[in-house]
Amino acid sequence: MGPGRNERAGAPHVGAPVGAGAEPDALAALLQRSARGDRAAFAELYDATAPRAHGLAVRVVRDPAQAEEVTQEAYLDVWRTASRFDPELGSALTWLLTIVHRKAVDRVRSAEASGRREATYHHRNQTIDHDATAEAAHASLEARRVRAALTQLTDVQREAIELAYFGGYTHTEVAALLDLPVGTAKTRIRDGLIRLRDTIGVGT
Amino acid sequence: MTDHMNDVHALSGAYAVDALDDAERARFEEHLRRCPDCRAEVAGLRETAASLPVQPAAPPPQLRDRILEGIETIRPLPPLTQTTADVVPLTRRRLRPAPTSLLVAAVAVLIAAVGGAFFLHPWSSDRGQVQETAADKVLDADDATRITEKLGDAQATVVISRSEGRAVIVTKDMPLAPDGRTYELWFQTPQGTMQPAGLMPDDQDATVLLDGDASDATGVGITVEPDGGSPEPTSDPIAFFALAT
Repeated sequence: MGPGRNERAGAPHVGAPVGAGAEPDALAALLQRSARGDRAAFAELYDATAPRAHGLAVRVVRDPAQAEEVTQEAYLDVWRTASRFDPELGSALTWLLTIVHRKAVDRVRSAEASGRREATYHHRNQTIDHDATAEAAHASLEARRVRAALTQLTDVQREAIELAYFGGYTHTEVAALLDLPVGTAKTRIRDGLIRLRDTIGVGT
Repeated sequence: MTDHMNDVHALSGAYAVDALDDAERARFEEHLRRCPDCRAEVAGLRETAASLPVQPAAPPPQLRDRILEGIETIRPLPPLTQTTADVVPLTRRRLRPAPTSLLVAAVAVLIAAVGGAFFLHPWSSDRGQVQETAADKVLDADDATRITEKLGDAQATVVISRSEGRAVIVTKDMPLAPDGRTYELWFQTPQGTMQPAGLMPDDQDATVLLDGDASDATGVGITVEPDGGSPEPTSDPIAFFALAT
């Protein structure tokens, strides 16, 4: 499905093990046991994935207290909806991170709706963050490959993806931040992700 | 690259990284229901986005305790079973002329039911789920709230359960939409925008689970739209149900 680099049917693929201390198949199994109400399996799933999930929440939300709330809401949702995870359609970790990310973005957007957020300031920060993130990723082989793949993108593609995914900005905001013509940031995000997907896929 | 036909496909990347605003997201999800290519692409791009390097951050131990305590009081949702009993009203539909529009409407409802369920969560394999189950859960929920509106001789009742996060509409003696038109359901968001919530079947008496999350909806509306529905309302609602928040 999707990236077309799935060799076995149902095998979770690239992206799964980043920063998580468990095999992707093991995570899927834990998720499936959680769906049956197995709290010990859920605790194990939490222990294996929480640093990665919380890292994402912190990265997007920034405020530690709010990030904790996001992480908590996300895991409760993971428990509640575990039966809806389908290993045919993607890895367990990505499924979980998608929930975390959506909640994190909702959080920053609703914070934004209640006032403030200065775009240029964040934009500058975002650029700095890129290097910090890249450094932090050295431990994982997988992450190293992703980082290498990121260098294959144009600057605009990479920045657009990072502002969208880590900054929680809409593509329209990303266009404004990067001085792109209205409507082109979404294309950069998509082109960049596709390139990234294909580059990572090659090395698999 | 940016002609209008391709515009909506081009949103797949932004959708995969949650970079669409609410209106665009609703529009793209409408499109996803009909576009398997985009669904496959979104799945792959989400996988890619999730592989972006993030510095791990160990949450405080209290968070683990809170979460493990939290799940004690939450029942995991049942798996979605594969049946064809999707469209509740079909079994109760009355004989009437104009089979084509009826078929179109039925297909549209089926698509809405399948698509709507599918995108509630990233990759649920909800295709073919029994819609009755979810609708019944709302109708039976302890916190189910009912708002009834009269439309001439017809009556429509919206039942919402905030705990289930879903809403159901029950119609009685509802006049059928004119040929080539369909009733479309909408959630009003706290921002005041209308989010598509599925189409009504061609049936005077129907019980329909609205697509999407009702947890923070401030209202439910019904408009008359061209067959297949619209991403945004093109006319004023024929009925509006204000929801207490």
